[in-house]
Amino acid sequence: MHPNATPLPVAPRVELKSLDTLWFQVGGTVCNLACTHCFVSCSPTNHTHEVLSLAEVARYLDEAARLGVREYYFTGGEPFLNPEMEAILAATLAVGPATVLTNGLLLDPARCARLKTLADASDYSLDFRVSLDGWDAASNDPIRGAGTFEKILAGIRNLYQAGLNPVITVTEVCEGAATDSGKERFFALLRSMAIERPRLKILPVFRIGAEADRGGAYESWQRLREGEMPEGGLDHLQCSSCRMVTDQGVWVCPILVNEPEAKMGETLADTLGAFPLEHPACWTCHVYGVSCRT
Amino acid sequence: MSYRPPRDLDEQARQARAKLTAHRGMATWGEKLVPLGDFRKAAAGSGLALSPAEREAAALSLTAGLDDPTPVEGPWSRVAVFGGVYNNHFALLELLEDATRRGAEAIYCLGDLGGFGPNPERVRPLLVEGGVLAIQGNYEESLAAGREDCNCGYTDPRDNHFAEISYGYTERSCSPEFKAWMGALPRRRRVRIGSRELLLIHGSPRRINEFLFQSTSPVPFLEVLLDQNRCDGILATHTGLQWHRRLPSGRDVVNVGVIGRPANDGNTHVWYAMLEARDEELGVELVPLPYDHLGLAAEMRTEGLPEEFVETILTGWWTTCLEILPARERAASRF
Repeated sequence: MHPNATPLPVAPRVELKSLDTLWFQVGGTVCNLACTHCFVSCSPTNHTHEVLSLAEVARYLDEAARLGVREYYFTGGEPFLNPEMEAILAATLAVGPATVLTNGLLLDPARCARLKTLADASDYSLDFRVSLDGWDAASNDPIRGAGTFEKILAGIRNLYQAGLNPVITVTEVCEGAATDSGKERFFALLRSMAIERPRLKILPVFRIGAEADRGGAYESWQRLREGEMPEGGLDHLQCSSCRMVTDQGVWVCPILVNEPEAKMGETLADTLGAFPLEHPACWTCHVYGVSCRT
Repeated sequence: MSYRPPRDLDEQARQARAKLTAHRGMATWGEKLVPLGDFRKAAAGSGLALSPAEREAAALSLTAGLDDPTPVEGPWSRVAVFGGVYNNHFALLELLEDATRRGAEAIYCLGDLGGFGPNPERVRPLLVEGGVLAIQGNYEESLAAGREDCNCGYTDPRDNHFAEISYGYTERSCSPEFKAWMGALPRRRRVRIGSRELLLIHGSPRRINEFLFQSTSPVPFLEVLLDQNRCDGILATHTGLQWHRRLPSGRDVVNVGVIGRPANDGNTHVWYAMLEARDEELGVELVPLPYDHLGLAAEMRTEGLPEEFVETILTGWWTTCLEILPARERAASRF
């Protein structure tokens, strides 16, 4: 650092209150799409994290049960590029509820029927989130890729017809999505597909990864500082109750997997301590009250 | 295996995607592309590498028992436990008679007295005369503290709209004395039934408005919750749906359901729980309770409450507050 430069502010540290939510980067950073706002820059050629095997997931499920984990989330990359994904879900649903975040492209009717069978065989919930970034091809496809709008809608339809009503996840890259009229436009689209009770989750963008190129990176003032935090504490932050498993170990949260400094250890027990909120993406979680959970 | 994203028609998107699909042995470290080996080396060197003893200690710190000064009531051999009155004085009257008929020595209420139904003040004399031992729900906490909303934890605008109507109605129709009475209720009780010590809370032992649904409360999670709270069983409400899980450790978690509205299964009756001391185990019976639901519906209409609420009472299917349902409970739902 230059001797006259302003030192970085001291970041607050967030304690892990309980390990409720365990995430798996089950698809690695490998995806059949290359969305221009992806905060982990996933693509067909991104092998920063590789897919997780059933054996690796099972090892963490064992440790998670001893710690009283309440729910499991699967993301990537695209989880259904993982050839063991359905076996991984079966193993997970034996110990707790599972949610899969998917781009919807690999959800043909046969797979959806198998997923419904898995859901029915468990005492616990199996839920899905499908990403969509516009009301039509003109708004969605520049972000997610040419022709994806129709394919995503087909995946949603297949899930719904199998009896698995997914949550549609939209980021604020879609301008106006978070307003009441924006939400209503998505609800209308889903109702036009005969989905009676549409489910929707709007997420802010994280200005990291591909999104830093598309929409611009964080500015220097967008940092959390010790002493400026709310009196109510940091319980609203997801990292106070979650951890993320990738093929290279356990990270603090699902957002920072492309930051080696955010890796906390090899086992869950290594990661039960506090984490400093130094990254500008932590600012987004705090200011927007983001939770990656459904 | 290799995958190729579709071709872009938009030039800007094409360029962005070309950059994204050109990793070729490189990793993304933040916004930079670095050789894969560099990323993996940095990741391998990051974080804590605890000794086995330290790992054991870290795990214990998350699951260790917590001190709870709450006095233990009882011992009883047979008690009735209910939750979620939602102003339904018709069902409450029926419950008091039914529980007495079944030989309950004590009757406990797990909170959420208001909301949804009509005339909150008709609930209080029944609770007092019936000798009901109650704890606070999020409704009592909110009313007593003068909060602007019920803190039910909804995010869906439609659910919030109806939650605001029912909270607003209850808030306006409740006397200051009743609100003060609610504010004086304890947040938890510990009750001995036979040799077993049970913890009574509203949502969960951790949060007054945490939802314990059957399909999202897995066995390992519940075992740790019981360890932390040093009890043989937990009795909760708040979700509106009753269930009982006997854990591998022999302990019990019971969501007693609610008597304020039916359980979203097409039946008009409501539910509560009877608990009994038995030699080998805790006797748990979830009891269906028919009541004068037509009388309730008529009174709701007189009070101008939403027709959506009345429909639930008459059909047994929820029409509001569906957002909170996990996938499994939602799949069994009509709406």
